[in-house]
Amino acid sequence: MIYLDNAACTRLDERVLEAMKPYFFDTYAVATSEFGYSMGIDAKEGLENSRESIASRIGANSEEIVFTSGDTESSNMALKGSALALKEKKGKHIIVSKIEDFPVLNTAKALQKQGFDVTFLDVDAEGFADLEGLKKAITKETVLVSIQYANQEIGTAQDLKAISEICEEKDVLLHTDATHSFTRLPLNVKELPVDLVTLSAHTIHGPRGIGALYIRKNTPITKFMDGGFQEFNMRAGVENIPGAVGFATAVELVTEEENRRLEAMRDRVIEKALSEITDVTLNGSHTKRLPQNANLTFHYVEGESITLHMDMRGFAVSTGSACFSRSLEASHVIRGIGGDHERAHGSVRFTFGRYNRMEDADSAIEAMIEIVARLREISPLAKK
Amino acid sequence: MKEKKREHVEKAGKEKRRKGRGERMIKVEKKGEGIRFPYSEKVLEHFRNPHNVGKIENPDGKGLEGSPACGDMVAVYIKVEPETKVIEDVKFESYGCASNIATGSVITDLARGKTLDEAKKITWKQASEELGGLPPIKAHCSVLAVEGLRAAIRDYEEKHGLVTEKEPTTEEVIQRRLKHVMNPLTGLDIIHTNLILKTSVEAGVARVVVDLPADHQFASAIKEDVMDKLGSLWDVERVDVVFTA
Repeated sequence: MIYLDNAACTRLDERVLEAMKPYFFDTYAVATSEFGYSMGIDAKEGLENSRESIASRIGANSEEIVFTSGDTESSNMALKGSALALKEKKGKHIIVSKIEDFPVLNTAKALQKQGFDVTFLDVDAEGFADLEGLKKAITKETVLVSIQYANQEIGTAQDLKAISEICEEKDVLLHTDATHSFTRLPLNVKELPVDLVTLSAHTIHGPRGIGALYIRKNTPITKFMDGGFQEFNMRAGVENIPGAVGFATAVELVTEEENRRLEAMRDRVIEKALSEITDVTLNGSHTKRLPQNANLTFHYVEGESITLHMDMRGFAVSTGSACFSRSLEASHVIRGIGGDHERAHGSVRFTFGRYNRMEDADSAIEAMIEIVARLREISPLAKK
Repeated sequence: MKEKKREHVEKAGKEKRRKGRGERMIKVEKKGEGIRFPYSEKVLEHFRNPHNVGKIENPDGKGLEGSPACGDMVAVYIKVEPETKVIEDVKFESYGCASNIATGSVITDLARGKTLDEAKKITWKQASEELGGLPPIKAHCSVLAVEGLRAAIRDYEEKHGLVTEKEPTTEEVIQRRLKHVMNPLTGLDIIHTNLILKTSVEAGVARVVVDLPADHQFASAIKEDVMDKLGSLWDVERVDVVFTA
């Protein structure tokens, strides 16, 4: 199986597993204080070193990183935590972009049900947030703006600098979901006035079930996972130390060289699809996009049929077609960028990872050329 | 057994545990072998090599059915022997998912050689059984192919004066049409699953009350499908789809 769905989840790197193993079998105690027993102190050290390593990757301080169970929890914590902390003091309005991934989108909808006013900010045809719309949408009541760094489906990377400047000027908290961009695109919280950042290990060959939320010092967040006093009393629960160590190791293993390699595969797929197949549209931005993501619509054919044919030939890819999704809803991202059902219907996402080679990009496109031709032969819409 | 395991663990030193744990892994059993697909082998075969694909030039009857909610679309073309009314040739085209393509393939096989009256009676259930079953959530994509065939037959009948008068739209007609709108929660139609609380038709306005909140994940899909099914009725000018919350 040639796996080209690395945005969904990635293969664990063996080096990550090796780094985690001692924390399952040898140093398996919970993290204790410096007055605890030695195994607990060792465990604590493993946890804190991991925190330090992840923090330094984005220019943060250790105390600003809280480990969570993944990006879903991190985004829940960012949105619900800040909403709860500020609803009395400031107001009940939040702003999220229309094309956020489900952790942000559905958390915003959940808050809406609890009486929050939510603005779903428009994006343009390439997926860039409407900055003028953002300026207008922010009111005195606005407690949080949540706009992703890069999109999970179409790969478009937002102009976070411009967004953060608007939020800073208007004195509104800014959260960004960096699940898909972390280590793949530069992020430095020293240079970028962002208050909350969602991070996850599962997209970078780390273990699933571990993520983190960057919380800038003094950001008002109400704890929502209640229990013990772990994670600076921000997130209760026995620390997932093997996970944290795995996460930190995964972060260290991503290099710029690797990102350029993924980018070359991405560009190969995009170039070949556009040049060798007729009636193909690139979804998202040509220039400002994730290095590992290519998303194209092959008009007149349906995505689930494509993915099934690809699967039968040994490729794993994903589509925004309604037929493919459990909810039978066409991708909200493609509809958000102004695409109709038809655009979503034939969209295919290729996402590359460490274990892909250029041959995979080539053979995937070769397969796509045949599959699209075949499906177009039976399509009532295709020009023949 | 439990005793034995414990003994083993106790005997094993730290070093051994570290080295030997790979072999002692508990395997989570996988059902079946090889690549697994959500469809039956029969569906996959028809999907891989669909029968009766293409267009018939100057067909005697043509049906085009599409559901904007799902996005799938199917076209069916028939050639009819004028005396016997036997379907001599039938072809289909699909802009759809696997179950749509497979049903188009099997339904055209079933229709070939049948009279129009016989072919009209081919049901989705028959097609589904022929295919060894379809995932419930995919039912509506497959119903579309059956409707395509019926539309092609209707087209022939209308062109050849076999339909004498247009039937005025009554509540019964509405209900009948809504039986072709699937409830994605169950894969059965919205009438049989009691999703429709009330239907009415008056002065060209059809009104349908759906027992779902407007923000339900399937609300917009169902609404589009209902509008599509009723909007094409000749004497319906407007369709109002109302949600309960």
